[in-house]
Amino acid sequence: MMNIPLNITKTIHDWLFSIMPEGVASITEMVIIAIVYLALFAVAGLYLVLLERKVAAWFQLRLGPNRVGPFGLFQTMADALKLVSKELTSTDRIDKFLYNLAPYFVIVTALVALSVFPFSKQFQAFDINIGVFFLISISSIGVIGILLGGWSSNNKYALIGAMRSGLQTISYELSVGLSILTMVLLTGSLQLSEIIEVQRTGGWLILQGHIPAVIAFMIFMIAGTAETNRAPFDLVEAESELGAGFHTEYSGMKFAYFFLAEFINMFIIASIAVVLFFGGWLSPFGITEGITWFPEVIWFMIKVLMIIILMMWFRWTFPRLRVDQLLTLEWKYLLPINLVNIVVMAIIIWLNWTI
Amino acid sequence: MSYFSDIYNGIKTLLTGMTVTGNYFIHARKGTLTQQYPDNRDTLKMFDRFRGEVVMPHDDQNEHRCTGCQKCEIACPNGSIEIVWDRGIDETTGKKKKKIDKHIYHLGMCTMCGLCIEACPTDAIVWAQNYENSVYDRKYLTRVLNQPGSKVKAGIED
Repeated sequence: MMNIPLNITKTIHDWLFSIMPEGVASITEMVIIAIVYLALFAVAGLYLVLLERKVAAWFQLRLGPNRVGPFGLFQTMADALKLVSKELTSTDRIDKFLYNLAPYFVIVTALVALSVFPFSKQFQAFDINIGVFFLISISSIGVIGILLGGWSSNNKYALIGAMRSGLQTISYELSVGLSILTMVLLTGSLQLSEIIEVQRTGGWLILQGHIPAVIAFMIFMIAGTAETNRAPFDLVEAESELGAGFHTEYSGMKFAYFFLAEFINMFIIASIAVVLFFGGWLSPFGITEGITWFPEVIWFMIKVLMIIILMMWFRWTFPRLRVDQLLTLEWKYLLPINLVNIVVMAIIIWLNWTI
Repeated sequence: MSYFSDIYNGIKTLLTGMTVTGNYFIHARKGTLTQQYPDNRDTLKMFDRFRGEVVMPHDDQNEHRCTGCQKCEIACPNGSIEIVWDRGIDETTGKKKKKIDKHIYHLGMCTMCGLCIEACPTDAIVWAQNYENSVYDRKYLTRVLNQPGSKVKAGIED
């Protein structure tokens, strides 16, 4: 189940099974993997926040955070420390149980989705044969957290933000799902590691599927940005209209969970794009194919970083959409194009016109 | 079929926008506008349009251009300018003539609207670009703009 490429994992695996009965050992192993993932992605999330702030600064010809540590590298660490030490406040007559539950819904679904990604050939926690399906379904649960947070805050702005989020996520889920399905037509498998194996021989899927794949990629990026509630689709937060939207009433660590979840979701969308369109951890033109010691995680991370910077580019270029524009874009443009695109892709595969 | 041209125009305009910001992103190193203020205190120079405070420039004969017409005092919406004036004998014509004694400017009340400078017919008062205007007592914010012993430059009123 767990195969981190370093040789120590095998040693730990054998050692655990030698000193404990089998059931206890596998549970211990799962806990260890969970802790490793949590630690890795909490730090990764913090540095994504820093990257966002730096990239935003560069787009606006500013400098960005540069005071805490060299080049401001510890800025978000300091921010997180501040948030941990803050008081957890709440408003009058909130629904206490749901209010406290909401951030965990959001952060847990974000972290669970990470478990299925093949970061390299052996660095994958959970390789199930319905990986893509699992991702689509798990990413829909996150919106429940947002809805609960907005509903239980006893705040009109938070409620409006949460309702917008529900509307937005339900609409754009369709486009995300359909554009992923277009690519699944090409691979013939829902298993993420299998999808990457298909690309090892035939080239990256965006090249294999040429025109419909490029259209699917564009639709996926638009819908994916909407799915993560980022600008230009940040109607959910809409600072100028709703204060901070659904997390207006949250403070301290609970707010940090929402904040971190947004960036982990962005990472997830970028990872799906990389796996489905750009060959996952495969190197371009197979340049590191023969080198056995080369950590393929690096290729995956470089590609993910490119997609994330593309999403940040969107964020700092486009103005926010109105609600009716949002729905027009989805139901009148993306969805019909997507449906036609699936048919085109099916015909291309049927006629064997793939590259 | 405006449907397809809408899609085409949409993509085109989005790409145009992304080119603009992309250019900024690539040239971010060279074009940074941020001033890291306390660090570059010695070299920082404010741009010409900056409104620091109202000053009255004097030339090297200690002469200013203010005739004491009081248009700035009338133009000021919140009474930041007070002019204490007097009448003196003009040396060339021998007639009595208005001249300023003190041009008092309250920086603490000034909103930097610039109406006094627009109103001035002789360009006697201008904006200064200094930006470190904080003081420990508000009495320092009341300034007399004309230097002691200064007088109006000859031929300003013509």
